[in-house]
Amino acid sequence: MADINASRAFVRKEMLPEKTPPVAEAGALKWLRENLFSSVLNTILTILSVFVIYWILSHVTGWVVFGIWDAGSLSECRELRDARYGEGVSVACWSVLTDRWDQLMFGFYPSELYWRPILALLVFFVAIAPVLFDSLPRKMLLFSLAAPFICYWLLWGGMIWGPLAVAAGFALPVLVSRFGAGLLGPLGTTVAAVILPVLYWLFAAGPIAGALGSVLPIGITFIESNDFGGFMLAFIIGITGILLSLPLGVLLALGRQSDLFIINKFCVFFIEVIRGVPLIVWLFTASILLNYFLPPGTNFDLMLRVIIMVTLFASAYIAEVVRGGLAALPRGQYEGADSLGLDYAQSMRLIILPQALKISIPGIVNTFIGLFKDTTLVVFIGLLDPIGLSNAIRATTDWNGIYWELFIFIGLCFFVCCYSMSKYSQYLERKLRRDHR
Amino acid sequence: MATLSDPPSEGFRLSQLLYDTRYRSMTIQVIAFMLIMAGLIWLANNTVQNLAALGKDFDFGFLTTRAGYDINQRLIEYSNDSTHGRAALVGILNTLLVAFVGCILATIFGLFAGVLRLSNNWIVSRLMGVYVEMFRNIPTLVWILIVFAIMTEAMPAPRDFRGEDAEAMMSLFGTVAITNRGVYIPSPVVGDGALILGLVFLASIIGIVFFRRFAKARQEATGEQLPVLWVSLGLLIVPSLVFYLILGRPITLQYPELTGFNFTGGVHLRNSFIALTLALALYTGAFIAENVRGGILAISKGQTEAAFSLGLQPGRTMQLVILPQALRVIIPPLISQYLNLTKNSSLALAVGYMDVRSTLGGITINQTGRELEGMLLLGLFYLITSLIISAAMNVYNNSVKLKER
Amino acid sequence: MKKSVFFGTLAVAAMASGAVSAQSMLEQVQARGELLCGSNTGLVGFGAPDANGEWQGFDVAMCRAVAAAVLGDPNAVEFIPLTTTTRFTALASGEVDVLIRNTTWTFSRDVDLAFEFGGINYYDGQGFMVPRELGVSSAMELDGATVCIQTGTTTELNLADFFSSNNMSYEPVPIETNAEAQQQYLAGACDVYTTDTSGLAATRASFEDPGAHVILPEVVSKEPLGPVVRHGDNQWGDIVRWTLNGLISAEELGITSANVAELAAGTDVPEINRMLGSEGELGAMLGLENDWLVTVISSVGNYGEIFAQNIGEDTPVGLARGLNAQWTDGGLLYSPPFR
Repeated sequence: MADINASRAFVRKEMLPEKTPPVAEAGALKWLRENLFSSVLNTILTILSVFVIYWILSHVTGWVVFGIWDAGSLSECRELRDARYGEGVSVACWSVLTDRWDQLMFGFYPSELYWRPILALLVFFVAIAPVLFDSLPRKMLLFSLAAPFICYWLLWGGMIWGPLAVAAGFALPVLVSRFGAGLLGPLGTTVAAVILPVLYWLFAAGPIAGALGSVLPIGITFIESNDFGGFMLAFIIGITGILLSLPLGVLLALGRQSDLFIINKFCVFFIEVIRGVPLIVWLFTASILLNYFLPPGTNFDLMLRVIIMVTLFASAYIAEVVRGGLAALPRGQYEGADSLGLDYAQSMRLIILPQALKISIPGIVNTFIGLFKDTTLVVFIGLLDPIGLSNAIRATTDWNGIYWELFIFIGLCFFVCCYSMSKYSQYLERKLRRDHR
Repeated sequence: MATLSDPPSEGFRLSQLLYDTRYRSMTIQVIAFMLIMAGLIWLANNTVQNLAALGKDFDFGFLTTRAGYDINQRLIEYSNDSTHGRAALVGILNTLLVAFVGCILATIFGLFAGVLRLSNNWIVSRLMGVYVEMFRNIPTLVWILIVFAIMTEAMPAPRDFRGEDAEAMMSLFGTVAITNRGVYIPSPVVGDGALILGLVFLASIIGIVFFRRFAKARQEATGEQLPVLWVSLGLLIVPSLVFYLILGRPITLQYPELTGFNFTGGVHLRNSFIALTLALALYTGAFIAENVRGGILAISKGQTEAAFSLGLQPGRTMQLVILPQALRVIIPPLISQYLNLTKNSSLALAVGYMDVRSTLGGITINQTGRELEGMLLLGLFYLITSLIISAAMNVYNNSVKLKER
Repeated sequence: MKKSVFFGTLAVAAMASGAVSAQSMLEQVQARGELLCGSNTGLVGFGAPDANGEWQGFDVAMCRAVAAAVLGDPNAVEFIPLTTTTRFTALASGEVDVLIRNTTWTFSRDVDLAFEFGGINYYDGQGFMVPRELGVSSAMELDGATVCIQTGTTTELNLADFFSSNNMSYEPVPIETNAEAQQQYLAGACDVYTTDTSGLAATRASFEDPGAHVILPEVVSKEPLGPVVRHGDNQWGDIVRWTLNGLISAEELGITSANVAELAAGTDVPEINRMLGSEGELGAMLGLENDWLVTVISSVGNYGEIFAQNIGEDTPVGLARGLNAQWTDGGLLYSPPFR
């Protein structure tokens, strides 16, 4: 033993205390070195980026932060600025936002009725929630079905019978199939379920609503769509467009996949024509051409025409998204449905569409973001969306000459809405990917 | 199944049209066809009636009448004495120009932003993230207006260049004038002997191609790498330069000069054009960046690691291994982004760029009152352009697609 | 979400389409209880919404006058903002009853587009504005200049004509809205801003330093602006025309919103009596109440009052009467007699 000990000069008995890592390998410095200065190129990029950020901030920060919030007009703004910061200093005049806040949000909607669009938005959120989040009770979907009519009534107002009478039309097919089946036979039932509601809407809904209205005048103040404007208009056009285009888009997608020659070719033609031409041309069509295509003397308001056009436009895009979803389903699902002996309608309704639509939701949300952003184009046909209103605001003697503040505000609002939606769609994409593994 | 194997023995009944799978699809198609036709006839009938009621006819004759308005940017000869048809043509060319330049720029922006967003440089990737999110979530129209406003506000006016102690100076040794009316760059003036110079230049390009082939063959055969880049650059520049001097400078540059109100001479890239192209390219670039990022992420990590283990630099890895594979994922969405850019160029009027929507679909319709014909032509133009772009890109897509055997 | 609007309106449209043609414009408007007036999406002094969302301006007051004449209420107007592209189709298709949106009366609009102009409510002309520091004193010195111009109007045709007839070259910078053009001009992106002189004056008034800009003396075109209606219903055209004439005559005869009630009781000037309905049946001939002009003038004032209130020299717009003075004061306003 002693021998062994003697042959070794030194034996450590205890562990050394851990040394601190070199300065460059720990903490903030390591992070900096690895993330910012890992190579010459990276160093150059970092310095460049810092410079860009500094340059932008140095030019913009003062202008934004020292902006004036309490003036009644641009000239007043300028006076306040001269008094506070001396002449020639460039600061923002945010007062235009406080002065015209209501207009930018609601357009010309009567100010005492602002609760109505706000309530409509809440109703919309409650209605959309069960569609977006699976964990909510399924019973809420019934409310979602009623929500469009509630929202319409809240926004436009008027007699409650109008929306009710139209909603009743959707009950007709159900009634026909339940009670008329024995009477008409299956063929007659199908035909009746399609034709009756159409006839009802065309000829009966109006008079019935009118008659009920004269007997029982329950209603709230009617607001003309001409008074709609600002972000409210953008929301209404965007949301309505996407909701109405969903069923149409699904039909088009099915049509495009169909083996029936005429239907297939018609759907392809429709989708390609709509997608091949810019929205702005379609909007002009709605605004100046639609009157040519409708029976002489027909005239209905511009906002409605825009909504119809936007719906057709969005449906072509939705159709492509849904087609992607249909194509992404494994072939076995179709074959499985067939082998169960389901007919086309059943297999689509029970097997294919639920899965395909689920895969397509992120795409649909993205289409919606695109559509929502595109609502700004209605300014070209004279609707007063936020950008249209900014032009109108700048045409008043008070605010003539104001420029950046309005655009920055509008951009910011769109950013907040679209960014949160795109985050939602990304969350959904991640969730769906997990589901399929 | 019974219907297929055991056809009914009795004669044809009407209900078979709906219940017999042999006839049902036919019935549905016939009904659909009739409905579509009825709809079209209804629309056409209404149009005819409405036109008659307004006392108008359907006539494209307005295209041959005098336009009477001026267009600032024109790629072909045009004056206010030209016809509306020619104005439309000028607009079409302007649209195509914006779409073409915009697509190229957007691809460059998108590629850089997409790659840099995955960079391990924290600040750069964040900055690119901000760029992508900012542009994706704010409407194009707002961006076009903002870029245009920035260009007008930030650049000096031509009159600032005037005088002894001018506030603004021409950049690049006094050859380029950047003003808030646009950028004036020198334009080439072709003199005698330019043809020879052109031929020499062409010859050196052909030389480069051959040299590259040679270098590649050499590398594959012996493993020796030739300095391809330097030789190519040399071949590109030296012969042309020598001949340029020998021939006595056959191509000279005409520099922009401040005369009167404006700069004259040189090529004038108008602010409206720059702003529109830039805004569209930045906007579309943000979408392309996301596609590029998605494409790169779709390539499995093993590819990168394999490339690193072969000793490739990160840059070469990206260029030689990752991007060629990612391209297959990137190209299909890229096509639709190009289409979007082309269609979004119809917002040109917001900055006063005279594209086809502003000439044919704007002023011409206003002056002649021919909205039906004008919008029809406009829609047709966009439709055809879209179809051509998607067809061309699909051909390209098929050529790079993974060949499955 | 608004499926019901669609079907509802289709149903209404289907029912209404048969009935529409039978009614005259006047009956339609009165049945509706509201005048649909095509207005500008925003033009300083002529039509823009104020902070409460009320439309204000010179053209707007004209709309209100027609509404007061037809419906007895100056606020029974629905303003339909129209762009230069959409205005004529909107009028032709019956989307608006009358278009009062600084629209120039030209031969082709009157004849080819089948419209009827109800007189002239503002005599305008196209002018040029330049920064004072350019030292330009006449439009003839503008050779080679960059000109900002609003598109879609007669302005660009006039501009092309002016420069080519004087053998001068120019670079047009077409701009969609006045506000944008203003920003371009102030930043120096164009040397000259051209539009109607009323617009130039209004724009200049809003500058930080109005004195640094001059409006050149040349007026290169005639721009008679007026209310427009469709061909086909002459009674409606007459109502619009004589409402305007009534406003002009009222100023000439000294009828103001302050004294109209008093004068309506009867005066010793026969024309005033005829106008205000205390003598004759002029209103009834138009299909209106006999005291229609009393309602109009008491609610919006006479031409001079409207002018002073919206664009006159005491407003920020600060326009002088100029051509728009009464013919007795050397202007062009000359209403046919009420007889």
